[in-house]
Amino acid sequence: MSAVFERNALPAMQTSHCHTPLNNYRMGLLSVFFVCLFFSSAFAVDRGNFKTCDQSAFCKRQRAFKPGQSPYRALLETLELSDSRLTLQLINDNNKVHLLLELYRLQGNMTRVKINELKPLKPRFEVPDVLIAEPPTEPLSVLSKDDNGVVLSLGAESQRLIVSARPFRLDIMEGPEVLLSLNSRGLLAFEHLRLRKDTQAQPEGAEVKESVDGDQQQDEGKKDEDEESNKEEDGLWEETFKSHTDTKPNGPTSISLDFSLPGVEHVYGIPEHADDLKLKTTDGGDPYRLYNLDVFQYELYNPMALYGSIPVMLAHNTQRTMGIFWLNAAETWVDISSNTAGKTVFGKMLDFVQGSSEKPQTDVRWISESGIIDVFIMLGPKPSDVFSQYASLTGTQSFPPLASLGYHQCRWNYNDQEDVKSVDQGFDQHDIPYDFIWLDIEHADGKRYFTWDPHKFSQPKEMLQGLMDKKRKMVAIVDPHIKVDSGYKIHNEITSKDFYVKNKDGGNYEGWCWPGNSGYPDFTNPEMRAWWASMFAYDQYEGSMENLFTWNDMNEPSVFNGPEVTMHKDALHGKWEHRDIHNMYGLYVQMATAEGQIQRSGGAERPFVLTRAFFAGSQRFGAVWTGDNAAEWDHLKISIPMCLSLGLVGVSFCGADVGGFFKNPSTELLVRWYQTGAYQPFFRAHAHLDTTRREPWLFGPENTALIREAVRQRYALLPYWYQLFFQAYRTGMPVMRPLWVDYPKDTATFTIDDEFLIGSDLLVHPVTEEGSRGVTAYLPGAGEVWYDVHTFQKHNGAQNLYIPVTLSSIPVFQRGGSIIPRKDRVRRSSACMENDPYTLYVALSPKKFAEGKLYIDDGHSFNYDTKKEFIHRSLTFANNALTSSNLCPDCNFLTSSWIEKVLILGASKPSKVVLKMNGKETPVDFEFDSSMSVLTLRKPGMNAGDDWTLLLQ
Amino acid sequence: MTCLHLLLTLVFAVSLGTPVEIQRPRGVPLTKKQFYEESKPFTCLDGSRTIPFDRVNDDYCDCKDGSDEPGTAACPNGSFHCTNAGYRPMFIPSSRINDGICDCCDTTDEYNSGAKCENTCKELGRKEREVLQKMAEITKEGFLLKQQLIEEAKKGQQEKQSKVTDMQENKKQLDEKVEALRTVKETAEQPEKEAKERHLKAWEEQKAAIRLEKDKAKMAETFLELDDNEDGFVSVSELQSHAELDPDADGTLTEIEAQGLMGGAEQVDTSTFESVWPKIKDKYHSEVSREEADISLCLCVVQAQPTIKTPEKTHEDEEAMPPYDADTQALIDAAQKARDDFEEAEKALREMDDQIRNIEKELSFDFGPDAEFTYLYSQCYELTTSEYIYRLCPFNRVSQKPKYGGSETNLGTWGSWSGPENNKYLLMKYEQGTGCWQGPNRSTTVKLTCGKETVVTSTSEPSRCEYLMEFTTPAVCQEPANIDPSPHDHVEL
Repeated sequence: MSAVFERNALPAMQTSHCHTPLNNYRMGLLSVFFVCLFFSSAFAVDRGNFKTCDQSAFCKRQRAFKPGQSPYRALLETLELSDSRLTLQLINDNNKVHLLLELYRLQGNMTRVKINELKPLKPRFEVPDVLIAEPPTEPLSVLSKDDNGVVLSLGAESQRLIVSARPFRLDIMEGPEVLLSLNSRGLLAFEHLRLRKDTQAQPEGAEVKESVDGDQQQDEGKKDEDEESNKEEDGLWEETFKSHTDTKPNGPTSISLDFSLPGVEHVYGIPEHADDLKLKTTDGGDPYRLYNLDVFQYELYNPMALYGSIPVMLAHNTQRTMGIFWLNAAETWVDISSNTAGKTVFGKMLDFVQGSSEKPQTDVRWISESGIIDVFIMLGPKPSDVFSQYASLTGTQSFPPLASLGYHQCRWNYNDQEDVKSVDQGFDQHDIPYDFIWLDIEHADGKRYFTWDPHKFSQPKEMLQGLMDKKRKMVAIVDPHIKVDSGYKIHNEITSKDFYVKNKDGGNYEGWCWPGNSGYPDFTNPEMRAWWASMFAYDQYEGSMENLFTWNDMNEPSVFNGPEVTMHKDALHGKWEHRDIHNMYGLYVQMATAEGQIQRSGGAERPFVLTRAFFAGSQRFGAVWTGDNAAEWDHLKISIPMCLSLGLVGVSFCGADVGGFFKNPSTELLVRWYQTGAYQPFFRAHAHLDTTRREPWLFGPENTALIREAVRQRYALLPYWYQLFFQAYRTGMPVMRPLWVDYPKDTATFTIDDEFLIGSDLLVHPVTEEGSRGVTAYLPGAGEVWYDVHTFQKHNGAQNLYIPVTLSSIPVFQRGGSIIPRKDRVRRSSACMENDPYTLYVALSPKKFAEGKLYIDDGHSFNYDTKKEFIHRSLTFANNALTSSNLCPDCNFLTSSWIEKVLILGASKPSKVVLKMNGKETPVDFEFDSSMSVLTLRKPGMNAGDDWTLLLQ
Repeated sequence: MTCLHLLLTLVFAVSLGTPVEIQRPRGVPLTKKQFYEESKPFTCLDGSRTIPFDRVNDDYCDCKDGSDEPGTAACPNGSFHCTNAGYRPMFIPSSRINDGICDCCDTTDEYNSGAKCENTCKELGRKEREVLQKMAEITKEGFLLKQQLIEEAKKGQQEKQSKVTDMQENKKQLDEKVEALRTVKETAEQPEKEAKERHLKAWEEQKAAIRLEKDKAKMAETFLELDDNEDGFVSVSELQSHAELDPDADGTLTEIEAQGLMGGAEQVDTSTFESVWPKIKDKYHSEVSREEADISLCLCVVQAQPTIKTPEKTHEDEEAMPPYDADTQALIDAAQKARDDFEEAEKALREMDDQIRNIEKELSFDFGPDAEFTYLYSQCYELTTSEYIYRLCPFNRVSQKPKYGGSETNLGTWGSWSGPENNKYLLMKYEQGTGCWQGPNRSTTVKLTCGKETVVTSTSEPSRCEYLMEFTTPAVCQEPANIDPSPHDHVEL
């Protein structure tokens, strides 16, 4: 759950006459103050609570600055080149401030561009802890140099980096093609640190002029006249939004830079936004905003900021995929424009017919409130290259415990231990598998995290043991706001260790959240994080056991009475302002929590931590979900592009609340959501406190059966999901992907976000329309085939296919040429399936070929990493032989799982099937269904870890 | 994998204390044993195909209906039968075979998983017998109580029915009485009305005479006041001293104006003043204080009205109607008595109506097939939890009140019986309670179970604003079966 005060403040106030006191009497403790303040918002976001670019002083200042001749000039005589680093000074001819440009050629076809003040008044913030290491460099060499600029070699593939001096710009070229240009539109703007002038005594047009350092001064006279009003608007040294004043002791510090992408019409990424996969142009509207916020009942299809931020954008065309990683944790806005955006298809055709010389181009501009410019240009060229390039910088998706890929049952709130028990039994009674049951904020004693309500959850270990007996697990919420209460151990320790974030005056920063008045631990402090991690030790976190995991909510951080429901920007984290680190607070919370879970097992067990706020690098610490959505069809639909966008920028473990958090879903919507969620990486049903109960069996036997079937499909495919997560962990490849990732040259795939791929081999088209009788799915791949997983019907690729649907399932296809291992014996939890046999689904390509992988380990420990205790096998079908070969000969892991069945789709009937193993040949029974061309091999029986070959003769 | 799969298992069943060995494939109930004959090929129970018998329980699913794998987890839709000797036999989904979790108390579901299961059937059987026995006792006693309740309810119902009949009879009489008294009342009120009107008219005339007297006295007094030189005439100049009489309200009373008031005369005597007086009396300010004037007036009145018995009374009482004369008073008293009698009778009738309506309402409730729930009517039952006092008033409402102060919340008013079709009297539904924020109105379902005592045993809020209350009452106790409940009855033979 979570979200903002409105949803809860109101009930809190009305406890006496409307809020059901039985399970929520504590809400009454919340202050009437903010309750009344926000009474008015009902359903749907209150946009007035959140800033537009116009209301964000630096964004307004920067955006007022239009493309043109850049005032920046490169001082070529200052060029210094070491082996892998080039430095050069830039000067702004308007104010004579010097900047320092640093260029690095990084291993793996990346370029890093850093721009900082040459001599800032004090250091500017540079984001730590996001990069997994200082990125390894490769030598740079100067190809040529003259008064106009420098040409550097980027190594292979005739790639060059051209530094132009007057005005300053950077171009990355490959052969004669410009891949990407920086400052080509002259929007580099770096507000240098300055001393505050006496604004009372001195009319200083100068300061207004300098407000954006690159500002051309054509309007100088006018500005002097308007100075009084401008000064107010500019908000250089102070800014007020909705009664919250941001004191800005450092004055204006914002930065901006533009990027031009010739030949690019499609850009993706920069989550989190509730918007389409393909980013839209922002001309005439607000830029996409990146500022982690607790947005109450967010709206769809707009660029407003949400709970998390990953400042990474991918650019794609049929020739190349590239990425821009803007490493900055301050409030950031991204403008996108395109020279083809306004054109209709007809207009584009006309251009083509008339031979218009205009090449499509996308221009992007990044604006951040503070810090430095630190950009990583990932040059691809393939999508998988960009993924591994980004992974080499910020790490890959953490490899989750197998059980966390199962189904999660959550609700705000399961009332008490009895309730937990009866829901657990409900799953058994209705024969629906699940792995995790979740407890929201009501489980704790007065929202004091790490504690249990003494009445409702008086025997947590008993409860956890009950779940463990069924091989199931639990997640309890631990939010980062800490109740200010001298009777609360956690608060007292944080206070005594002086670990709280400070307000601008140096006292502990306090704000309102669920428990009432709360402090916010300074998670940017490594000592604080180490202490926090230690709180998860079994002897510290009373009532915890090894099957208890954690959920970090409200870590934007959410501050009910703060500006935009978050922390004041002038709050202090050590010497840095909250302004500098805001977007990475949530990352640190999850980092410290995951570390705690690792430590409690002495480093043996994998953690599982869900977070709502995130930043670049958050993928290393667990799962994310898309926050407080609603039980509406459009919210089901938007879950696809939201998770796809996250997958593109490293976060594979993504999901949306199944059923929708706010409001009550219709039965049809709930069923469709289960069917969709079963094919998304993080599969959790969740519901708001005010909604009616919606455990899967509460909608009549028919719907229970539909939901059971959807969840079972998920469990049967767990071996495939697990293998994909292993791959994501190793390579950075997203688990849930847009089609274009696997079909980069097929332009028809570039905007598709109503269907998606799981790995390369499953294509899923959810049904997201009420009363739908059919969907049109695009099957990519000319010359390829796809098999309907429900009927085994074969379809050709590169076509739009209309598929009639009933309520029973959503269209899912397996790619011809793939092998997917499944465990078709679905049990009540994933752990119960550990030793079960596999069925291999071999879907043949038109050339009668298929390949796949099988990954097996213990499902929960780090032994796969530390001791190489896993099985990784390649499965190949070629020349009428299916072979399992070892991809990791020096690995060791024993499984009792075996191969019980092999289905070969698109096969012809053999006369004989033989299993070759250990030099012996044994015949294998088989059946052939000629109507669907499905060959079933009966019980070949080999151990899943063995080498073997099945020969069709 | 071809791990150990025991095709057959020995099953011990207890039948009349004699152990009997019966061979059949693992997981097959006795009732289906005949379909699994080792010597013959096996036909799936849905008839879909026939397979060699060695494929039964070979850990591979051949039959779509799962019937070839009753003892393994191979079929997704299979079911496994545990005999559970000493307890109740049961079917579990075959996905629970060898999943490491003990499901069957006889441990037969975990034969190859390494799970350490203990046979708990005897213990469970014993406990169940105890529970059943206890339940049986409760049911027995409860059922007896229920009979009493039914009897009482029937008696009560009959009583109420006859009471209603009696009351309706009484009501008829009352109706007649009311009508009779209405006539009496109306008859008595007519002369009363006439006498009162006469009295009122006389009083009005008397009041008019008094007013005239007063006016004359004031005129005379005014004349004396105005006649400053006491020459028996009021002259223009004497009148002019009273500026308030100025007809055009310009602040001065001119000679011409004064003369105009005096009808053109230079002076007037007491008799001609009578024609001037009406023109000035409304504006004229007396030269003596008002009190004095009033007192003098009062005295005049006293003199003029010697019949007034209380001359000391202030002038406010002066206009009080004189009491009715004895004849009128007698008529009034008679009419009042008739009215009182009538109203009393009417009130009695209304009360009777209310009583009849209440009893009829009570009789109209569905108190169960044998009226066994009648006794709950107009009763309330409370349960105190750590935070709240819950109150169930059957057929009326459910409420919740904070234990330590605070107002009561209505959790629903009586709606209907809402149990399953075969026995709707197992659940009560109370609806339309206090509304919830962004949610429905509160409602409560009361689940009734057999018990000797009538008591609320628990409350919960399984879903937002939807409460569940558990309530025991003898009224739902079913007639106990004649035979003693015993596990032997359940053990298959």
